[in-house]
Amino acid sequence: MPSTRDIRRRIKSVKNTAQITKAMQMVASAKMRKAQQAALAGRPYATLMNEVLAAATAGAGEFTHPLTEHRPLRKRAVILISSDKGLCGALNTNLLREAVKFDKDTTVFVCAGRKGSQWAARLKRELAAEFTYKDIPAFAEARAISKFAQELFTSGKADQVDVLFTNFINTLTQKPEVRTLLPGRITALDAEISGKGEAKDLGQAAQEYLFEPAPAQLLGTLLPHYLNYQVFQFLLEAKASEQSARMVAMKNATDNAKQLIKDLTLEYNKLRQANITKELLEITSAAMAMG
Amino acid sequence: MATLKLEIVTPEAKVYSADVDMVTLPGVEGEMGIFPMHIPLMTQITHGEIIARKGGEEFPLAVGEGFVQVTGDRVAVLTDMAIKADDIDEQKAEEARKRAEARLAEKLTEEEHASVQAALLHSLTQLNVKRRRRQ
Repeated sequence: MPSTRDIRRRIKSVKNTAQITKAMQMVASAKMRKAQQAALAGRPYATLMNEVLAAATAGAGEFTHPLTEHRPLRKRAVILISSDKGLCGALNTNLLREAVKFDKDTTVFVCAGRKGSQWAARLKRELAAEFTYKDIPAFAEARAISKFAQELFTSGKADQVDVLFTNFINTLTQKPEVRTLLPGRITALDAEISGKGEAKDLGQAAQEYLFEPAPAQLLGTLLPHYLNYQVFQFLLEAKASEQSARMVAMKNATDNAKQLIKDLTLEYNKLRQANITKELLEITSAAMAMG
Repeated sequence: MATLKLEIVTPEAKVYSADVDMVTLPGVEGEMGIFPMHIPLMTQITHGEIIARKGGEEFPLAVGEGFVQVTGDRVAVLTDMAIKADDIDEQKAEEARKRAEARLAEKLTEEEHASVQAALLHSLTQLNVKRRRRQ
Protein backbone atom coordinates (compact mmCIF):
# COMPACT_ATOMS: atom_id res chain seq x y z
CA MET A 1 0.00 0.00 0.00
CA PRO A 2 1.56 3.29 -1.03
CA SER A 3 1.57 6.13 1.43
CA THR A 4 -0.22 9.40 0.72
CA ARG A 5 3.12 11.02 0.12
CA ASP A 6 4.01 8.49 -2.59
CA ILE A 7 0.75 9.14 -4.39
CA ARG A 8 1.19 12.88 -4.12
CA ARG A 9 4.62 12.56 -5.64
CA ARG A 10 3.29 10.49 -8.52
CA ILE A 11 0.50 12.94 -9.23
CA LYS A 12 3.05 15.71 -9.45
CA SER A 13 5.26 13.83 -11.89
CA VAL A 14 2.32 12.85 -14.10
CA LYS A 15 1.21 16.47 -14.12
CA ASN A 16 4.62 17.54 -15.34
CA THR A 17 4.53 14.95 -18.12
CA ALA A 18 1.08 16.13 -19.16
CA GLN A 19 2.37 19.68 -19.35
CA ILE A 20 5.21 18.65 -21.63
CA THR A 21 3.05 16.56 -23.95
CA LYS A 22 0.50 19.35 -24.13
CA ALA A 23 3.20 21.80 -25.18
CA MET A 24 4.52 19.37 -27.80
CA GLN A 25 1.01 18.95 -29.14
CA MET A 26 0.62 22.69 -29.62
CA VAL A 27 4.00 23.01 -31.28
CA ALA A 28 3.24 20.13 -33.64
CA SER A 29 -0.10 21.59 -34.68
CA ALA A 30 1.50 24.95 -35.43
CA LYS A 31 4.19 23.28 -37.49
CA MET A 32 1.67 21.19 -39.37
CA ARG A 33 -0.19 24.31 -40.36
CA LYS A 34 3.09 25.79 -41.58
CA ALA A 35 3.84 22.76 -43.74
CA GLN A 36 0.40 22.99 -45.28
CA GLN A 37 0.88 26.67 -45.93
CA ALA A 38 4.21 25.99 -47.57
CA ALA A 39 2.48 23.60 -49.94
CA LEU A 40 -0.11 26.22 -50.75
CA ALA A 41 2.58 28.83 -51.35
CA GLY A 42 3.98 26.57 -54.06
CA ARG A 43 0.70 26.37 -55.88
CA PRO A 44 1.31 29.18 -58.40
CA TYR A 45 4.61 27.49 -59.25
CA ALA A 46 2.90 24.16 -59.86
CA THR A 47 0.19 25.73 -61.99
CA LEU A 48 2.73 27.54 -64.11
CA MET A 49 4.96 24.49 -64.35
CA ASN A 50 1.94 22.55 -65.60
CA GLU A 51 1.27 25.12 -68.27
CA VAL A 52 4.85 25.16 -69.47
CA LEU A 53 4.97 21.36 -69.43
CA ALA A 54 1.71 21.05 -71.33
CA ALA A 55 2.86 23.48 -73.99
CA ALA A 56 6.30 21.92 -74.27
CA THR A 57 5.04 18.34 -74.50
CA ALA A 58 2.51 19.40 -77.11
CA GLY A 59 5.27 21.10 -79.07
CA ALA A 60 7.95 18.46 -78.62
CA GLY A 61 6.06 15.51 -80.04
CA GLU A 62 7.91 12.23 -79.52
CA PHE A 63 10.19 12.88 -76.58
CA THR A 64 13.05 10.86 -75.20
CA HIS A 65 15.43 11.89 -72.49
CA PRO A 66 17.98 9.97 -70.40
CA LEU A 67 15.71 10.47 -67.40
CA THR A 68 12.69 8.85 -69.03
CA GLU A 69 14.50 5.76 -70.24
CA HIS A 70 12.94 2.45 -69.22
CA ARG A 71 15.46 -0.27 -68.40
CA PRO A 72 15.09 -3.79 -67.05
CA LEU A 73 14.98 -3.53 -63.29
CA ARG A 74 18.16 -4.87 -61.75
CA LYS A 75 18.88 -2.30 -59.11
CA ARG A 76 16.34 -0.14 -57.41
CA ALA A 77 16.97 3.00 -55.41
CA VAL A 78 14.47 4.02 -52.77
CA ILE A 79 14.32 7.50 -51.33
CA LEU A 80 13.13 6.92 -47.80
CA ILE A 81 11.59 10.02 -46.29
CA SER A 82 11.21 9.56 -42.55
CA SER A 83 11.21 11.90 -39.59
CA ASP A 84 14.21 13.00 -37.56
CA LYS A 85 12.59 12.58 -34.19
CA GLY A 86 10.34 10.05 -32.59
CA LEU A 87 7.31 10.66 -30.38
CA CYS A 88 5.00 10.63 -33.35
CA GLY A 89 3.00 7.49 -32.80
CA ALA A 90 3.20 4.68 -35.30
CA LEU A 91 4.32 6.90 -38.17
CA ASN A 92 7.84 5.59 -38.63
CA THR A 93 6.91 2.03 -37.71
CA ASN A 94 4.33 1.97 -40.48
CA LEU A 95 6.72 3.57 -42.91
CA LEU A 96 9.56 1.18 -42.17
CA ARG A 97 7.26 -1.81 -42.40
CA GLU A 98 6.85 -0.82 -46.05
CA ALA A 99 10.59 -0.31 -46.40
CA VAL A 100 11.30 -3.89 -45.26
CA LYS A 101 9.31 -5.18 -48.24
CA PHE A 102 11.98 -4.04 -50.68
CA ASP A 103 14.40 -6.75 -51.66
CA LYS A 104 17.56 -6.51 -49.59
CA ASP A 105 20.05 -7.33 -52.34
CA THR A 106 18.76 -5.23 -55.19
CA THR A 107 17.77 -2.10 -53.32
CA VAL A 108 19.85 0.87 -52.25
CA PHE A 109 18.38 3.40 -49.89
CA VAL A 110 18.71 7.16 -49.98
CA CYS A 111 17.52 8.42 -46.66
CA ALA A 112 16.03 11.76 -45.78
CA GLY A 113 15.47 12.00 -42.06
CA ARG A 114 17.41 10.34 -39.29
CA LYS A 115 14.97 7.56 -38.38
CA GLY A 116 15.26 6.05 -41.82
CA SER A 117 19.06 5.99 -41.85
CA GLN A 118 19.15 4.50 -38.36
CA TRP A 119 16.85 1.79 -39.58
CA ALA A 120 18.98 1.13 -42.66
CA ALA A 121 22.09 0.88 -40.53
CA ARG A 122 20.44 -1.44 -38.04
CA LEU A 123 19.17 -3.82 -40.71
CA LYS A 124 22.39 -3.55 -42.71
CA ARG A 125 20.71 -2.24 -45.83
CA GLU A 126 22.74 -0.60 -48.52
CA LEU A 127 22.73 3.13 -47.86
CA ALA A 128 23.76 5.37 -50.75
CA ALA A 129 23.35 8.75 -49.12
CA GLU A 130 21.83 10.50 -46.20
CA PHE A 131 20.09 13.83 -46.40
CA THR A 132 18.45 16.08 -43.88
CA TYR A 133 15.53 18.41 -44.16
CA LYS A 134 14.27 21.06 -41.84
CA ASP A 135 10.92 21.54 -40.16
CA ILE A 136 9.81 23.65 -43.04
CA PRO A 137 11.49 21.93 -45.97
CA ALA A 138 13.47 24.29 -48.17
CA PHE A 139 13.46 23.82 -51.91
CA ALA A 140 17.25 23.61 -51.90
CA GLU A 141 17.05 20.50 -49.72
CA ALA A 142 14.66 18.83 -52.13
CA ARG A 143 16.90 19.80 -55.02
CA ALA A 144 19.91 18.14 -53.44
CA ILE A 145 18.02 14.88 -52.99
CA SER A 146 16.53 14.99 -56.44
CA LYS A 147 19.89 15.74 -58.07
CA PHE A 148 21.47 12.80 -56.32
CA ALA A 149 18.66 10.50 -57.45
CA GLN A 150 18.99 11.69 -61.02
CA GLU A 151 22.70 10.97 -60.96
CA LEU A 152 22.10 7.48 -59.62
CA PHE A 153 19.69 6.89 -62.45
CA THR A 154 21.69 8.34 -65.31
CA SER A 155 24.92 6.69 -64.20
CA GLY A 156 23.16 3.33 -64.28
CA LYS A 157 23.63 2.66 -60.57
CA ALA A 158 19.88 2.37 -60.32
CA ASP A 159 17.35 1.40 -62.95
CA GLN A 160 14.42 2.77 -61.07
CA VAL A 161 14.07 5.33 -58.31
CA ASP A 162 11.11 5.08 -55.98
CA VAL A 163 10.11 7.35 -53.18
CA LEU A 164 8.73 5.95 -49.95
CA PHE A 165 7.08 8.62 -47.84
CA THR A 166 4.08 9.12 -45.60
CA ASN A 167 1.23 10.64 -47.50
CA PHE A 168 -0.85 13.17 -45.64
CA ILE A 169 -4.50 12.21 -46.04
CA ASN A 170 -5.90 14.17 -43.13
CA THR A 171 -4.92 15.05 -39.59
CA LEU A 172 -5.89 11.63 -38.33
CA THR A 173 -4.76 9.48 -41.24
CA GLN A 174 -1.35 9.23 -42.83
CA LYS A 175 -0.47 6.42 -45.14
CA PRO A 176 2.99 5.22 -46.19
CA GLU A 177 3.14 5.22 -49.97
CA VAL A 178 5.56 4.33 -52.73
CA ARG A 179 5.73 6.46 -55.86
CA THR A 180 8.04 6.05 -58.80
CA LEU A 181 10.20 9.09 -59.45
CA LEU A 182 12.42 7.78 -62.22
CA PRO A 183 12.12 6.88 -65.05
CA GLY A 184 10.25 10.14 -65.26
CA ARG A 185 6.70 10.28 -66.35
CA ILE A 186 5.25 13.70 -66.88
CA THR A 187 1.89 14.29 -65.31
CA ALA A 188 0.24 17.38 -64.00
CA LEU A 189 1.49 18.58 -60.65
CA ASP A 190 -0.82 19.07 -57.77
CA ALA A 191 0.21 21.66 -55.23
CA GLU A 192 -2.09 20.63 -52.48
CA ILE A 193 -1.16 18.43 -49.58
CA SER A 194 -3.83 15.82 -49.83
CA GLY A 195 -4.48 12.15 -50.15
CA LYS A 196 -5.22 12.33 -53.82
CA GLY A 197 -3.57 9.52 -55.68
CA GLU A 198 -1.39 9.87 -58.74
CA ALA A 199 -1.61 13.25 -60.41
CA LYS A 200 -3.88 13.60 -63.39
CA ASP A 201 -2.64 13.74 -66.93
CA LEU A 202 -1.80 17.02 -68.52
CA GLY A 203 -4.45 18.98 -70.33
CA GLN A 204 -3.58 20.09 -73.81
CA ALA A 205 -2.23 23.57 -74.25
CA ALA A 206 -4.62 25.77 -76.13
CA GLN A 207 -2.10 28.28 -77.35
CA GLU A 208 0.57 28.04 -79.99
CA TYR A 209 3.91 29.05 -78.57
CA LEU A 210 7.17 30.11 -80.00
CA PHE A 211 10.00 28.15 -78.42
CA GLU A 212 13.47 29.28 -77.69
CA PRO A 213 15.36 26.91 -77.52
CA ALA A 214 13.44 24.14 -79.32
CA PRO A 215 10.61 22.43 -77.39
CA ALA A 216 12.45 19.13 -76.98
CA GLN A 217 15.50 20.86 -75.57
CA LEU A 218 13.38 23.01 -73.32
CA LEU A 219 11.55 19.94 -72.08
CA GLY A 220 14.88 18.28 -71.44
CA THR A 221 15.97 21.04 -69.10
CA LEU A 222 12.53 21.36 -67.63
CA LEU A 223 12.37 17.72 -66.60
CA PRO A 224 14.97 17.94 -63.80
CA HIS A 225 13.17 20.97 -62.40
CA TYR A 226 9.94 19.07 -62.55
CA LEU A 227 11.48 16.20 -60.61
CA ASN A 228 12.96 18.60 -58.04
CA TYR A 229 9.56 20.02 -57.44
CA GLN A 230 8.06 16.57 -57.06
CA VAL A 231 10.61 15.68 -54.41
CA PHE A 232 9.83 18.97 -52.69
CA GLN A 233 6.17 17.98 -52.62
CA PHE A 234 7.05 14.63 -51.09
CA LEU A 235 9.07 16.32 -48.37
CA LEU A 236 6.20 18.64 -47.55
CA GLU A 237 3.75 15.75 -47.41
CA ALA A 238 6.06 13.79 -45.15
CA LYS A 239 6.57 16.75 -42.86
CA ALA A 240 2.86 17.48 -42.59
CA SER A 241 2.25 13.80 -41.83
CA GLU A 242 4.93 13.75 -39.18
CA GLN A 243 3.61 16.82 -37.43
CA SER A 244 0.02 15.71 -37.48
CA ALA A 245 0.97 12.23 -36.26
CA ARG A 246 2.91 13.84 -33.45
CA MET A 247 0.04 16.12 -32.65
CA VAL A 248 -2.37 13.19 -32.33
CA ALA A 249 0.10 11.08 -30.36
CA MET A 250 0.73 13.92 -27.97
CA LYS A 251 -2.96 14.62 -27.59
CA ASN A 252 -3.51 11.00 -26.61
CA ALA A 253 -0.63 11.19 -24.18
CA THR A 254 -2.07 14.32 -22.58
CA ASP A 255 -5.50 12.73 -22.30
CA ASN A 256 -4.06 9.60 -20.74
CA ALA A 257 -2.05 11.65 -18.27
CA LYS A 258 -5.16 13.60 -17.29
CA GLN A 259 -7.09 10.38 -16.72
CA LEU A 260 -4.25 9.03 -14.64
CA ILE A 261 -4.19 12.18 -12.54
CA LYS A 262 -7.91 11.79 -11.93
CA ASP A 263 -7.55 8.16 -10.86
CA LEU A 264 -4.60 8.93 -8.64
CA THR A 265 -6.38 11.85 -7.00
CA LEU A 266 -9.32 9.61 -6.19
CA GLU A 267 -7.03 7.02 -4.68
CA TYR A 268 -5.20 9.70 -2.75
CA ASN A 269 -8.39 11.07 -1.24
CA LYS A 270 -9.60 7.60 -0.32
CA LEU A 271 -6.35 6.89 1.41
CA ARG A 272 -6.37 10.21 3.18
CA GLN A 273 -9.87 9.61 4.52
CA ALA A 274 -8.97 6.10 5.59
CA ASN A 275 -6.04 7.51 7.52
CA ILE A 276 -8.22 10.10 9.26
CA THR A 277 -10.80 7.46 10.17
CA LYS A 278 -8.06 5.25 11.53
CA GLU A 279 -6.62 8.04 13.64
CA LEU A 280 -10.04 8.94 14.99
CA LEU A 281 -10.65 5.33 15.93
CA GLU A 282 -7.33 5.18 17.71
CA ILE A 283 -8.03 8.37 19.65
CA THR A 284 -11.53 7.33 20.70
CA SER A 285 -10.53 3.81 21.63
CA ALA A 286 -7.60 5.20 23.63
CA ALA A 287 -9.94 7.64 25.41
CA MET A 288 -12.34 4.81 26.17
CA ALA A 289 -9.55 2.65 27.57
CA MET A 290 -8.39 5.50 29.79
CA GLY A 291 -11.88 6.28 31.01
CA MET B 1 -0.52 52.13 -73.05
CA ALA B 2 -0.72 48.40 -72.73
CA THR B 3 1.02 46.83 -69.78
CA LEU B 4 2.45 43.43 -69.01
CA LYS B 5 1.60 41.45 -65.94
CA LEU B 6 4.88 40.17 -64.57
CA GLU B 7 4.68 37.21 -62.23
CA ILE B 8 7.71 35.58 -60.67
CA VAL B 9 7.09 32.37 -58.76
CA THR B 10 9.37 30.00 -56.88
CA PRO B 11 8.35 26.74 -55.19
CA GLU B 12 8.34 28.57 -51.90
CA ALA B 13 6.40 31.70 -52.73
CA LYS B 14 5.11 34.14 -55.31
CA VAL B 15 7.93 36.66 -55.21
CA TYR B 16 6.71 39.36 -57.54
CA SER B 17 3.44 40.22 -59.16
CA ALA B 18 2.78 43.60 -60.75
CA ASP B 19 1.85 45.40 -63.96
CA VAL B 20 4.93 46.68 -65.75
CA ASP B 21 5.78 48.39 -69.05
CA MET B 22 8.66 46.18 -70.03
CA VAL B 23 10.74 43.28 -68.77
CA THR B 24 14.34 42.32 -69.45
CA LEU B 25 15.15 38.64 -69.02
CA PRO B 26 18.50 36.81 -68.80
CA GLY B 27 17.71 34.25 -71.50
CA VAL B 28 20.00 31.29 -72.14
CA GLU B 29 20.72 32.62 -75.58
CA GLY B 30 21.29 36.18 -74.48
CA GLU B 31 19.38 38.92 -72.82
CA MET B 32 15.93 39.67 -74.13
CA GLY B 33 13.47 42.45 -73.65
CA ILE B 34 9.77 41.74 -73.61
CA PHE B 35 7.23 44.42 -74.43
CA PRO B 36 3.45 44.14 -74.24
CA MET B 37 1.80 42.32 -77.16
CA HIS B 38 4.74 40.00 -77.55
CA ILE B 39 3.84 36.80 -79.37
CA PRO B 40 3.39 33.74 -77.12
CA LEU B 41 6.83 32.46 -76.18
CA MET B 42 8.31 29.76 -73.99
CA THR B 43 11.89 30.21 -73.05
CA GLN B 44 14.55 29.33 -70.60
CA ILE B 45 16.49 31.72 -68.40
CA THR B 46 19.72 31.40 -66.53
CA HIS B 47 21.25 32.93 -63.40
CA GLY B 48 21.06 36.67 -63.76
CA GLU B 49 18.99 39.74 -63.44
CA ILE B 50 15.41 40.44 -64.35
CA ILE B 51 14.62 44.12 -64.76
CA ALA B 52 11.04 45.26 -64.67
CA ARG B 53 10.41 48.78 -65.97
CA LYS B 54 7.40 50.72 -64.89
CA GLY B 55 6.85 54.43 -65.56
CA GLY B 56 10.55 55.16 -66.00
CA GLU B 57 11.47 53.31 -62.84
CA GLU B 58 13.47 50.11 -62.74
CA PHE B 59 12.86 47.16 -60.45
CA PRO B 60 15.73 44.71 -60.58
CA LEU B 61 15.57 41.16 -59.23
CA ALA B 62 18.18 38.44 -58.95
CA VAL B 63 16.94 35.10 -60.28
CA GLY B 64 18.21 31.57 -60.62
CA GLU B 65 17.70 29.13 -63.48
CA GLY B 66 14.18 28.83 -64.72
CA PHE B 67 11.57 29.11 -67.41
CA VAL B 68 9.45 31.89 -68.77
CA GLN B 69 6.06 31.81 -70.35
CA VAL B 70 5.17 34.91 -72.30
CA THR B 71 1.71 35.66 -73.61
CA GLY B 72 0.53 38.97 -75.04
CA ASP B 73 -0.26 40.50 -71.69
CA ARG B 74 1.56 38.33 -69.19
CA VAL B 75 5.10 37.25 -68.40
CA ALA B 76 5.28 34.34 -65.99
CA VAL B 77 8.67 33.39 -64.62
CA LEU B 78 9.26 30.01 -63.04
CA THR B 79 12.51 29.84 -61.12
CA ASP B 80 14.35 28.27 -58.20
CA MET B 81 15.30 31.54 -56.64
CA ALA B 82 14.18 35.14 -56.96
CA ILE B 83 15.09 38.03 -54.71
CA LYS B 84 14.33 41.69 -55.15
CA ALA B 85 17.51 43.73 -55.42
CA ASP B 86 16.45 45.88 -52.47
CA ASP B 87 16.07 42.77 -50.33
CA ILE B 88 19.49 41.41 -51.09
CA ASP B 89 21.67 41.54 -48.06
CA GLU B 90 25.09 42.08 -49.55
CA GLN B 91 26.97 41.08 -46.46
CA LYS B 92 25.01 37.88 -46.14
CA ALA B 93 25.45 37.03 -49.81
CA GLU B 94 29.16 37.74 -49.56
CA GLU B 95 29.43 35.48 -46.53
CA ALA B 96 27.49 32.78 -48.34
CA ARG B 97 29.84 33.11 -51.29
CA LYS B 98 32.92 32.77 -49.10
CA ARG B 99 31.42 29.83 -47.29
CA ALA B 100 30.58 28.09 -50.56
CA GLU B 101 34.04 28.75 -51.97
CA ALA B 102 35.69 27.42 -48.86
CA ARG B 103 33.54 24.33 -49.03
CA LEU B 104 34.44 23.80 -52.67
CA ALA B 105 38.09 23.79 -51.71
CA GLU B 106 37.45 20.89 -49.35
CA LYS B 107 37.12 17.34 -50.46
CA LEU B 108 33.49 16.77 -51.24
CA THR B 109 31.42 13.94 -52.52
CA GLU B 110 29.74 14.53 -55.83
CA GLU B 111 26.33 15.38 -54.48
CA GLU B 112 27.75 17.82 -51.97
CA HIS B 113 29.79 19.45 -54.68
CA ALA B 114 26.72 20.00 -56.82
CA SER B 115 24.69 21.60 -54.07
CA VAL B 116 27.54 23.85 -52.96
CA GLN B 117 28.11 24.90 -56.54
CA ALA B 118 24.47 25.84 -56.83
CA ALA B 119 24.62 27.80 -53.59
CA LEU B 120 27.68 29.62 -54.87
CA LEU B 121 25.94 30.56 -58.09
CA HIS B 122 22.99 31.89 -56.15
CA SER B 123 25.07 34.13 -53.95
CA LEU B 124 27.18 35.32 -56.88
CA THR B 125 24.08 36.28 -58.83
CA GLN B 126 22.79 38.24 -55.88
CA LEU B 127 26.09 40.04 -55.44
CA ASN B 128 26.33 40.92 -59.11
CA VAL B 129 22.88 42.40 -59.20
CA LYS B 130 23.47 44.40 -56.05
CA ARG B 131 26.83 45.76 -57.14
CA ARG B 132 25.64 46.77 -60.57
CA ARG B 133 22.84 48.76 -58.98
CA ARG B 134 25.25 50.81 -56.99
CA GLN B 135 27.26 52.08 -59.91
